[in-house]
Parts: sequence; structure tokens; C-alpha cells
Amino acid sequence: MSIHAPILAIAVPLLGGFAVPLLAKVHKGLRDLWALLVVLFVGACVGVVAVHVFTEGIWVYVLGGRHPQETLVSGGFPIRIMLVVDGMSAFMGIIAGFLALCAFPFALRLLPEEEGKSLALTLGLLLLAGILGMVYTGDLFNFFVFLEVTSIAACALIGFRTWSSRAPEAAFKTMLLYSLSGLFFLLGVAFLYGEYGALNLAYVAAQLRGSGVDRLALALFLAALLMKAAAAPVHFWAPDAYGEAPAAKTLLLVVNTQASLYGLWRVLFTLYGGLWDAGIGWLVVSLGLLTMVVAAFMALVQTDLGRLVAYGAVSQIGYMMLGVGVGLVTLAGRPDYGLVAVKGGVFHMLNDALTVGLLFLCVGAVEWAQGTRDLRELGGLGHGLPEVALCFLLASLALAGLPPLNGFASKILIYQGSFRLSPILAAIAVLASILLLAVYARAFQGVFLGSRVEVQNRVPAVFLLSMGALAVALVVVGLVPGFFLEGVVAPAAEALWHGRDLYLAAVLGG
Amino acid sequence: MIGNLPFVACMVLIALGMWTLLFKRNLVKLVIGVGLIESGVNLFLVALGYVREGVPPIYTYAPAGAPMVLPTPQALTLTSIVIGLATTALMLAFAVVIYRHKGTLDARKIRDLRG
Repeated sequence: MSIHAPILAIAVPLLGGFAVPLLAKVHKGLRDLWALLVVLFVGACVGVVAVHVFTEGIWVYVLGGRHPQETLVSGGFPIRIMLVVDGMSAFMGIIAGFLALCAFPFALRLLPEEEGKSLALTLGLLLLAGILGMVYTGDLFNFFVFLEVTSIAACALIGFRTWSSRAPEAAFKTMLLYSLSGLFFLLGVAFLYGEYGALNLAYVAAQLRGSGVDRLALALFLAALLMKAAAAPVHFWAPDAYGEAPAAKTLLLVVNTQASLYGLWRVLFTLYGGLWDAGIGWLVVSLGLLTMVVAAFMALVQTDLGRLVAYGAVSQIGYMMLGVGVGLVTLAGRPDYGLVAVKGGVFHMLNDALTVGLLFLCVGAVEWAQGTRDLRELGGLGHGLPEVALCFLLASLALAGLPPLNGFASKILIYQGSFRLSPILAAIAVLASILLLAVYARAFQGVFLGSRVEVQNRVPAVFLLSMGALAVALVVVGLVPGFFLEGVVAPAAEALWHGRDLYLAAVLGG
Repeated sequence: MIGNLPFVACMVLIALGMWTLLFKRNLVKLVIGVGLIESGVNLFLVALGYVREGVPPIYTYAPAGAPMVLPTPQALTLTSIVIGLATTALMLAFAVVIYRHKGTLDARKIRDLRG
């Protein structure tokens, strides 16, 4: 059973998602139990995969072979679709699994039955399956298919509340960007297929010569994945999307954005890692800086709590791009500080998932309690909802990078690494953090401080359970960052930094 | 015989689609723009797999020794067409819902979410 864990992590939520509406016909409680069981099973699978990958190295799983390890047909040519899970993929799998475990109990309580709860759960499970597919696959076309699976599921979730005009508008905008991104990616894959006649990522990476066609394909991949990862200047869909989706499902959208970022790292480090050119690294660094500054300024002027938090989330994407981008710039010489920056960027993906996830759950809880997210109407909730206030405070301080919370642990690595490349980079990153602190201080003050107001709707215990799980994770990562840095972040960062040869060898043989 | 004509055609389709996305403001036309780009990419995939004088890649039908066109791009194109159907349907569904709320399909007049 456990030798099939990578494919089960994708197949079970895919089938389980479509079983949800059928089970709802039988009994609503049964459906809720089923959705929880599926997510627990996925959590177990990504856990098994991660333990195996961190202890024994890259896990290659071949579909359609006589046995799952048969990577090549005679002639040394990989023709089958395969899943290739290295440290980075396993790391992303853990993030997706953990956030899904926090999001689903919350969603089960948050979504009202008459608003199509069964269908929302189905879409959530499909999105989870797509994300895991994106991070586990070792095949370019397969990556495109999962990219589109996440696009469709995510946009259906964003536009779910069709009775307001805002949700379909956000969904249309997002879908336009997502389909364009998917088509760009497919065109890039087609260019590479036309030149090398293969779709296997490792095989194409080994063959890549750096011709003009390869560069055109790289440009298309970059455009596609940056668009989907909400990097400036194409970030404008993200605040709408995050703001309009049901709060618990926004967690999955955040992971989806990170999965696109993972795709970008995979393309840049593994596929194109052989022929290096610092210009692409500088492009990633400068877009990262632009993203963090623009999004932080936009967050400053928001009056809707959901959109404010969403802009904060977009700004964090900039930090990840800065951290890993510094690594890309220095990839040729591979100095120590490059690895520090990559570790910081990768670590920040985990911390961003935890803190932004917690913030969105807080937004969901506030909206549940008061029926509005407008900062001008909210206030004084700290008396009635002290737990939510505490979670929001913890998450916003972590996001702004204050010690001893988890955001500090990763941002300090990013600052260190980027400072060695150029002090200006670190200075801009620190400034954006200070700006974010101001934004979240204002939001906290606006929502939770002030004279006591009556809480209209009591916040259910399961909300607090989900939020508590994320808050505890956030504090624990902040208090013992070394443990997580060595345990999960270092293998992931190493997999990007000098894991390319191992990746190719795992698929194509020594 | 037809040379590079298919590749020219798909570049024209993609360019038309991009032009539509950039300069048109009607939601249905935007969906059509995405559809045009999609057709361009699909045509590109199929054209890639063409082998001069090739026969359809079915072993039992092909005359012995005849070159076959590549089967993989055709499989890719089929998958891509199905995905395109789903995205187009979803986008049109959102356009319908927006029209019901706003009574217009003009993107300039649908500005609830700004800033």
C-alpha cells in the first residue's frame, strides 16, 4: 500500500471529490465524515512520502509500467508518465496536506447547506488533488493538466457565491488570467516537444541545448507561472479572488499560488538549471521586490478586511521570489549566501502558508460573527472574540516578521542572503515589512479594539480548533526554527540548489 | 506541400486572440479571444506531429513500412481540447451570471472590485 503513496495522494481526493455529492444524497453527516476521511488520508500519504523522501532520497513512481520503478523502456528513453518526488515536492506536499487538514473542518462548519455545500467540498478536494499533482509530477504535459485542474476548481470556488455580483466578476477575471497562463505553458511545452520529442521533465532537462526555441519556451513558462503565482504586475486578480472565495477555501487558493511558484522553481532550477544566465535571476528578484512593495502599498488603502489580508498575502509572494531569486542570480558560483537566501525563500513558503492561512480563517470568523468585512463598520470585537483577536495579532506580527514568531525566522535568512548580493535589496524588503506592520496594526485596531460591541453570531468551536492548530504551528516554528530548518526546509532548498543531477539520475539512471 | 502554412496560421490565430484580449471590452469577446489562442496552440501541437507523407498512427491499418505521424501530439491536443471546453464553459457561465446582475457585458461598466 505505502509504495503507492504518491499516486494515492492524487487519486483519492480526485475520486473522493466526485463521491461527495453522491454521498450527500444518502446522508449529509456521512458526506462530511467522508470529506474529512479523504483529507486525513491525503495528509497521511503526503506524510509517508515526505518521510521516505527526506530519509532515502528522490522517490520516482512510474504509472503504467510493470512495476512502479521501471522508468525507462529499452533504449534508455522514458515514455511513461511518472511522478518524481524530491525534497522540494515533498515539502510542498506537506504544506498542502497540513493546510487542507486545517481548512476542511472549518469549511464543513462555515458553508451553509442551502448554498451548495456538497459542490464546494467537491471543488475543494479537486483543487487539493490538482495541487498535489502539480507538485509531484515529473512530466511537463502532466503538469499542464494539473495546472488546469487547479485553475478550473479554483475559479469555480471563487465564483461560488453567484448571488452577489462581486464573486462572478472576480472569478471571470481570474479565469481569464488562469486560462491564458495555462495556454502559455502549453505552448512552451509544445516548443520543447517539437525540439526534443519528449515530455519527461528530466529527459528534456538533460537534452536542453539552450537554442533560441528553448529560450522562447523559457519566456513562455516564466510568463505563465508568474501570472499564476500573482507576481506584480499581473497580481491584480489575486486580491479579488482571495477576497471573494469562501474563507476556508482561500487557504487552498494560497497553496495553489505557491504550487505555481514551485512550478517556476522547478522550471528554472531543474529544467533550465544546466544553462545558466543571471539575467533571469535578476528578473525574478526585481519582480519580487516590485510585488512586495506594490502589494504593501495597496494593502494600506483597503477598507475591506478580506482584500487587505489578500494584499498582504500577495506581498509575501514577493519575499519568496526575492529569496529564491538571489539564489538564481548566484547559481553559477554557488556561494554560501545564495543557499541561505534560497533556504529563506523556501522556509518563507511554509511560514506564509501558516500565517496567511490563519489570517484568512480570522477574516472568515469575523465575517461569520458580524456579517460584514468592512473596516469602517467593524470595531470592538476584541472583547467578544478574544481568541480570534489573539490569532489575528499573532499572525499579523508573524507576517510583519517580528521575533520570535515564524515570519522572522525566514525573513532574517532572506535579508542575510540578499544583503550579501546587494544591501539595497535587503533595505527594500525591510521597508516593505515595516509597511505591512503598519497595515496590520491598523486592521487590528479597526476590527478588534474600541468600545465593546455585541457579537451577533457566536464563533463555533471547530473554527477555533482550526485556527488554534495554525496558531500553534506558527508559534512552534517561531520558537524552534532550527528544527524545521534542518528537518524539512534544508532538504527542499538543497533539492533546488544542487539537486538537479540527482533528479536527472533518479529518472534517467546514473 | 503545405510547408510552413500551419505554423503561420497558428501564429495568426494566437496574435488575433491576444489582440482581442487587449483591446476588446465585451466579456463574450474576451472568451472568444481565449478560444482563438487555444485553437492556435492546438493547431501548433497537431502540426508539430505531422510527418511528410505520414499515415494515421494505427498499427493494424498502416501499410507496412509507411511512415506514421506522431501519435503523442494528437493525444495532447485531445486533452487540451477537453480542458478548453471546460474553461470556456466556466467563463461563459460567469459571463451569464454577471449579465444577470449588471444587465451589461461591458467590462468597463463592471467595476465593483477596484483598487
